[in-house]
This record gives sequence, structure tokens and C-alpha cells, in this order.
Amino acid sequence: MSVLAAHERARRQRILHSVARHSVLIGVGVVFVSPFVFVIFTALMTRDQALTRAIWPSPFRFQNFYDVLDQQPLLRWTWNTFLISSLSSIGVVLSCTPPAYALARMRFRGRNAVFLLVLSTMMLPIQVTIIPLYVLFSHLGWIGSLKPLIIPGFFGDAFSIFLLRQFFMTIPNALTDAARVDGASELRLMLRVVVPLAKPALVAVFLFNFLYCWNDLFAPLLYLGANPDSYTISLGLSEFRSSRHVDYELMMAACVLFTLPVTVLFFLAQRAFVEGVTVTGVKG
Amino acid sequence: MAATAISPAAARARRRRRRRTRTYGLAFLFLSPWIVGFLLFLVYPMVASLYFSFTHYDLLNSPRWIGLANYKYMLENDPFFWQAVRNTAWMIVIGLPLRLFWALMTATLLTMKVSGQRYYRTLYYLPTMVPPVAAALAFTYLLNPDLGPVNGVLAHLGIPGPLWFFDPSWSKPALVLLSLWGAGDAMIIYLAGLLDVPQTQIEAAKIDGANAVRRYWHVTLPSLSPVIFFTLVTGLIWTFQTFTEAYVAGNTTSGQKDTLGEPQGSLLFYAIWLYQQGFRYFNMGYASALAWVLFGATMLCTLVLIKSSERWVHVEGNQ
Repeated sequence: MSVLAAHERARRQRILHSVARHSVLIGVGVVFVSPFVFVIFTALMTRDQALTRAIWPSPFRFQNFYDVLDQQPLLRWTWNTFLISSLSSIGVVLSCTPPAYALARMRFRGRNAVFLLVLSTMMLPIQVTIIPLYVLFSHLGWIGSLKPLIIPGFFGDAFSIFLLRQFFMTIPNALTDAARVDGASELRLMLRVVVPLAKPALVAVFLFNFLYCWNDLFAPLLYLGANPDSYTISLGLSEFRSSRHVDYELMMAACVLFTLPVTVLFFLAQRAFVEGVTVTGVKG
Repeated sequence: MAATAISPAAARARRRRRRRTRTYGLAFLFLSPWIVGFLLFLVYPMVASLYFSFTHYDLLNSPRWIGLANYKYMLENDPFFWQAVRNTAWMIVIGLPLRLFWALMTATLLTMKVSGQRYYRTLYYLPTMVPPVAAALAFTYLLNPDLGPVNGVLAHLGIPGPLWFFDPSWSKPALVLLSLWGAGDAMIIYLAGLLDVPQTQIEAAKIDGANAVRRYWHVTLPSLSPVIFFTLVTGLIWTFQTFTEAYVAGNTTSGQKDTLGEPQGSLLFYAIWLYQQGFRYFNMGYASALAWVLFGATMLCTLVLIKSSERWVHVEGNQ
């Protein structure tokens, strides 16, 4: 009898604990999720309703998404953003793999010094370089074009080199040593042995850079600010309101359209993201 | 044959030397994309910007040497320099610790063993995926004093909501709320660190009779300290350069893009002032001087942090 009662008590306590944990998690979860909900609801309101404190849209006005595409050159901005993000990310993957390979798997004197130099450049505030770069790009006639945002990607990126190097280090030496004895060149080792094994890291580097470019405001503001034709989404939306009047329903609709692709990307590639973040975070 | 003239040892040395120059050449080749980028997009601009910082340069006329005048003007005459410094310091001293504390708390919540843990983790991380410009625009709406749902909810509870981005004394707290919402990047690093805490030590502390709070303080936090240190350093460097969210929120609420950092300069952060000097007024020399002071301050604070880490960052014996 008493054994059963004790059992029952323990069970009840377990359930109570579980309910308490879920309540806390849901409570905090509401804080994270409610902005999404409010923004999406507002994106679906009529203009009159968006000017009230109403939360639930009535009627639902899906027309807003069409209107905002109509009023702002959002598709053009999206194309520019996509072009910059994909091309410069391809550049980063191509240009960072060989240096990362050299730092991880080739033996030469001064390797650690070079690696430290790469690391230390990550700490440098970009403000120290942007002014001469602006002068340089304007001499080249690149200001207002997408070039200043794409081409530097093809010349290495410290963070990406770091991430790839960390990953390459985890590939067992035995795998490359065997091929090296057979007379394979370093280039062959990199392309045939290391790169195929490092696909997750390469995907992570591509995604990080893609996302960074997709989201970035600062560089587009500097180099594209003078030419509305080459605006990115971030830059275009940052000027959404330049008068006293603001159409919140359209602004929120634009935000939803802007956020949707990266959120979908996140769900598709969640594992690569999280692994990438933690590899750099813990080993940093 | 020439080989007979050379002793075997010398030949070995020569072979080794040749091999070494070959590996050097090969390593150099592999590193070359980075080396070119390093020289072209880093070393050259750094040298040039250091030079510009001692000149008057408006992009149209060639730089004119003025010695330390830029630095002197900055410290003694520029009315907005100190305001920008104060605003930025506020974000570093108040905003950053709040953000990291919040990230640590949420990460700790996410280590609780519950069903559907995966979904909670995804949900908490999701806001980090929102582009900063979209997030800033969303928050100018959410925190709008008249229309926004936040003050709407507060009004329901009988609390008069503040004016947030319209009030100089509430605009930075509003910015902090925004940064808490997107603190998932730090959170996920903490979560990985928390899952790495040796369970044996926690069990041992439990047997010794330490309660949950003491276990967290004496076992979990010390073992997490390298991770906390990492987020502090990166967060510090990043916060020194606070720009996007403040720029967007300031412009959107003030409804114009000429005076930055509104309301009343309360969102005028260092990087925003530098941008305005360099790319709105085209005071390239002065902006370069501002950049070098930013660089110096960043280095100094990072060094202090590294120095202090010897006291509080716990290093595992086997690392």
C-alpha cells in the first residue's frame, strides 16, 4: 500500500516538474516568438487598421505583399543581394580552402605565426580600412557597382580560413599520409582527400558568408549608397521611411519577405549552421 | 661526375634545403589568395588610413598634412565625439553584459531535459536569423508608443509605456531589448559549452551536498569560463562598432536620414559618428583619425580583458 502511494507520489512529482519546466520554456519562448507573430499580423492589416492598436487583422489583406513589391523595387534589390551574396561566398570558399589547407596540413616554418596573423586580423575594426578602400574603389570607378562587395571575397576571409583550418585539423593524418606515400601532390591531397571530407565545413563557410552578405548594411551603404539601381534589400529597407509618414503594414510586409528566404535556408541547413557556430565557438 | 666531389652529408643538406624551399614555395602558393587580400585589403588600407589621419583630406583635393590637428580637434573641440564615446560605453558596460547574461540564462533553460527540447532550441535561436535591418524596423513598430503591441500590452496591465525610440533616455534600452531578442548567437555557444561541462564533477558536487545554485556557481560557471571569455572578447569588439540597428532605428523614427543618431544624439554611436564624418561630410582625414582611436580603444580593452582573464578564466589541466 505505502509502496504504491510512494510510487504515485513520485509520479505526480515528476509530472509536476515536467509541467513547471515546460511552462518556463514556453514563457520565455513567447518572448522570442511574439515579435514574429505581431509583425506577420501587421503585414496582413489594412492601412486603417495598422494605424490602430489592433492585433488581429480583420480583414486579412494579402494584397500588402503585392503592393510593397509594386511600390518599392524590392525584386531588383533582392536580385542584387542574391548576386552579391552568392558570388562573394563562392569566392570565399575558393580562396579560403587552399590557405586553410596550408595552415592545417602543410609543414613549414612560420606556420603558427601566419595562423596568428590571420586570427589577429579578425579583431581589426573595419573602420580602420574602409576609408582608403573607398578611395581605392572610387579611383577604380567601382563605387555604385556591386564589385567592391563581390571581389574582395575572392581574396580570403580570416574567419572562414580559421573555421576551415579548425575542421581540416580534425581529419586524421593517416588518410593523407597514405596518399602522400603513393606520391600524390599536395594539391591532389587537398582536392581528392580533404575537400570531400570537409564538405560540411565548406557548406557552413558558404552559408555564413551568404548570410553575412545578405544581412549586411554597412558595406552596401558605403559603396552603393549613391546608386539606387544597385541597392541591396538591407540598404533599400533602411530608407523605407524618409518622410514623416510611415506605412507600417507595408514595412512589415517587406520585413516578412526579406526574412523568409534566410529562415527557410536556416531550416534546410540547420545542422551545418549549428555545427559551424559551435566548432568556432568552443575551439576559439 | 660532380656528385663525387660533394660529401654525402652536404648532398643531404642540399636535398633538404631544396625540399624546404619547395615546401615554402608550395605553402606560399596555397596561401597566396590570402596574402594578396591581406596586403591589398588590409595592410595597404591600414597604412594609408594612418597617414590620412594626420591630414586634411576631402577626397577631391589631395591630402594635406596637418600633424596632430585631427586628434586635437577630436579630444578638445568635437562636441559629438564625447557623446558618441558615452553612448558606446553605455552599450559596452550595460548592454553587452545584459545580453550575455540573458544568453546564458536562456542557454541554461535549454539544457533542461524535457520532451521537444529540439523545438525549443530552434525557436529560441530563430530571431538570430532575422536580418538586422528587418529586426530594427520590426522593433520600431513593436515599440511604437501609439501603435505598437508592447505598449498596448503594458496599457492593458495599467502601466504607461515609455516612448522607447522617441525618448533619448529610452532609446538605448530599446536597442538592448532588440539585442536580447537576437542573442541566439551567444546562446548557442553557451549551450554547447554547458553540454560539455563534465557530468562527473556535477555528480561529485551533488554527493557533497551542494544545491543546484552552488553547483551552478562552483562547477558549471568555472568550466564555462573560457566560453564566456570568448563571447566577451568578440562581443566587446562587436559592440565598439555598433552601427546597423541604431542607424536604422534612428532614421526610421526620426523620419529623415541627414542627422544620424536621433533622438537627440542618444543613438549616436562611435561608428555612426565616424560614418557621418567620413561618408556624409567627406572629412576623410578626420574619420581616419576617429578610426585609429577606435582601434586603439578596442585593443586596449581587449588587452585588459585578456589580462583579467588570468584571474577568472578556469583552464583545464589537460588542455
